[in-house]
Amino acid sequence: MDVFVPFAAIAASALFILALMWMSHPSSARRGVLAGEAGMAIAIVGALVHHEVVSYDLIVLAMVAGAGLGIPMALLMPMTAIPQRTAISHAFGALAVGLIGAAEYYKHAQPQFAGTFVLGALMFEMILGFLTCAASVVAFGKLQELLPSRAVVFPGQRFLNGGIALAGIGVAAAIVIDPTQTWLFPIFVALALVFGILLVIPIGGADMPTVIALLNSYAGLAASAMGFALGNKLLIVAGALDGASGFILAVIMCKAMNRSFANVMFGGFGAAAAAAAGGKDDRVVRSASAEEAALQMENAGSVVVIPGYGMAVSQAQHKVSELYQALTKKGVEVKFAIHPVAGRMPGHMNVLLAEANVPYEQLVELDDVNPDMPQTDVALIIGANDTINPAARDDPSSGIAGMPIIEADRARSVFIIKRSMSAGFAGVDNPIYFNPNTQMLFGDAKEMVGAIAKELSGGSGLGH
Amino acid sequence: MTAFNLDYVFVFVLAAFLGLQLIKKVSPLLHSPLMSLTNAIAAVVIVGAIPITGEAGATPLARTLGTIAVFCATVNLVSGFMITDRMLKMFKRRGG
Repeated sequence: MDVFVPFAAIAASALFILALMWMSHPSSARRGVLAGEAGMAIAIVGALVHHEVVSYDLIVLAMVAGAGLGIPMALLMPMTAIPQRTAISHAFGALAVGLIGAAEYYKHAQPQFAGTFVLGALMFEMILGFLTCAASVVAFGKLQELLPSRAVVFPGQRFLNGGIALAGIGVAAAIVIDPTQTWLFPIFVALALVFGILLVIPIGGADMPTVIALLNSYAGLAASAMGFALGNKLLIVAGALDGASGFILAVIMCKAMNRSFANVMFGGFGAAAAAAAGGKDDRVVRSASAEEAALQMENAGSVVVIPGYGMAVSQAQHKVSELYQALTKKGVEVKFAIHPVAGRMPGHMNVLLAEANVPYEQLVELDDVNPDMPQTDVALIIGANDTINPAARDDPSSGIAGMPIIEADRARSVFIIKRSMSAGFAGVDNPIYFNPNTQMLFGDAKEMVGAIAKELSGGSGLGH
Repeated sequence: MTAFNLDYVFVFVLAAFLGLQLIKKVSPLLHSPLMSLTNAIAAVVIVGAIPITGEAGATPLARTLGTIAVFCATVNLVSGFMITDRMLKMFKRRGG
C-alpha cells in the first residue's frame, strides 16, 4: 500500500491549491470547500495505510471524539462568534503541531541523533506551535470578553518580551546541540507559551483582525516547519499556503490602518491614547429621531450603510437587512461600505450581512465606494467610529492620521447610530460628530435600526 | 528520518509564492471563510500525528501526545470545513 502514499500527497496538495483558487469568488467558493475536503480525505487515507502504522485503536478513538466535538461546534456556532471560533481553532491546530513536535523530540532524544537540521526544524516548529497556541487562547479570551479586551501595557514590557524570546531561543539551541538534556525541554515549552501570552496581551480588541490573521500565518508556518522535520512535502505545501494566506490578510489589515506590523504588535495602541482624549466639549451635536432619519432616507436616491463592530455587538444585522429591504422596495439604492478592519476579524461584516440575507453585490469595498460618496444622499453609520473618522484624512497630528477611511462625511447628510459620545477604540477625537451635516441617533444599534425600518415599512401603508 | 534536503526548500518557496498569488485573488467578501478554510487545511498536520500514535514501538508518552494531536486536528478539520461551508451558503446574489 505504500506506493499509494506519495501519490496521495500529490493529489492532496493539488486539491488544496484548487480549494484556494475557487475561493476567489462566492459562486465557486463552495466547490473550493469540497476540493479541500477531498484533499484532506486522501491525505488521511494516505497516512492510515502507511506500513508503519500498526495500531488503530487510539487513532480511531481520537478521530471519533474530535468529530464528536467538531460537528456540534460547526452546527451550533452563532455567526457572531466566528472571530472567537477562529481564534480557538488556531489554538487547537497549533497545539496539535506542538504536541507532534514534542513526541518527535522525545523519540530522538538520544546521543546518536539523525541530524541537527531535523532537530532545529522541530524546535522552530514547536516555538511557533506553542507560542501560537497560547497567543490564540488569549485572543479567544479577549474576543469572548473573558479577559479585558483593551491593551494591557506595563513598563519594561518590551524588555521582558525580548528577554523571554531570547531565553526561549537559547534553550532551543541548547537542546539542538545536546538533545539528551531532556530536562531543558519543559522549560523550553513553558518559555514558548509565556512568550505567546505576552505577545497578545498588549494588543487591543480592535487590532484583533490583524492578530488573528498573523496567528493564522504562524500556524501555517509551524505546519510547514513540521514538514521539513518529518520530510513530508504535503505538510510543507499545506503549511506554506496557510502561512501565505494569513500573511496577506495581516498585510491588508495593516495597510487599512496605515500601520506597520511592529506598531500593531508592540504599539499598545488604544491604551495611551484613550487617556489623552477628552476636553473641548463646547461643540454642538445635533441629534435626530428614528422618524426623522426614516423620512430623510425614504426621500433619498442613494443610501450608503457603513457597519462597524457596534453592529456585531448589538446583533443588528437582521434589522439592518430589514432596513435594506424596506428602502429597496421604495426604489432607494442601498449599498454597504465595508472597511477592511471593521469588526473583529477580516471579512467579519460581510459574513454577518450575508447571514441576514443582504445580497453580496451590495457590499462594496473602501476604494470603490469613496468616489461615490459626494453623490450619496445619506450615509448611515452603524457602530463604526475610527473607520469613518475624517481626522485620519485631514489632521496630520491625529493618532490615526493616514489611515484610509470611508469618507462618510462627504455624503449630503450623515446619520450616526451610537450609544453615547464616548471615543472609539483608538481613543481619538472624531470631528464627524460635530459636522453640520451630521445627525446623531443615540441608542442601541439593533433597536434604532429596527425603529427606522418599522417607520419605513409602516409609512408606505404596507406594513408587516 | 531525513537530513536536510534542498528539495524541501524548493517546494516551500514554490508553494508560498503560489499561495501569495492565489490569496491575493480572493474576494475581500470571503476573508472570513477563507480563514476558516485555511485553518481546516492546516489540520493536515494530522498526517504527522497518525504515525506517532499508531506506529510499532511507540512509547506510551508518544501515543498519548499523538492521540491528543489527532483529536485537536480532527476538531479543526471537521468544524473548519463545515463552518466554511455554512458561511459560504449564506452568500447569495440579489433575488437568489
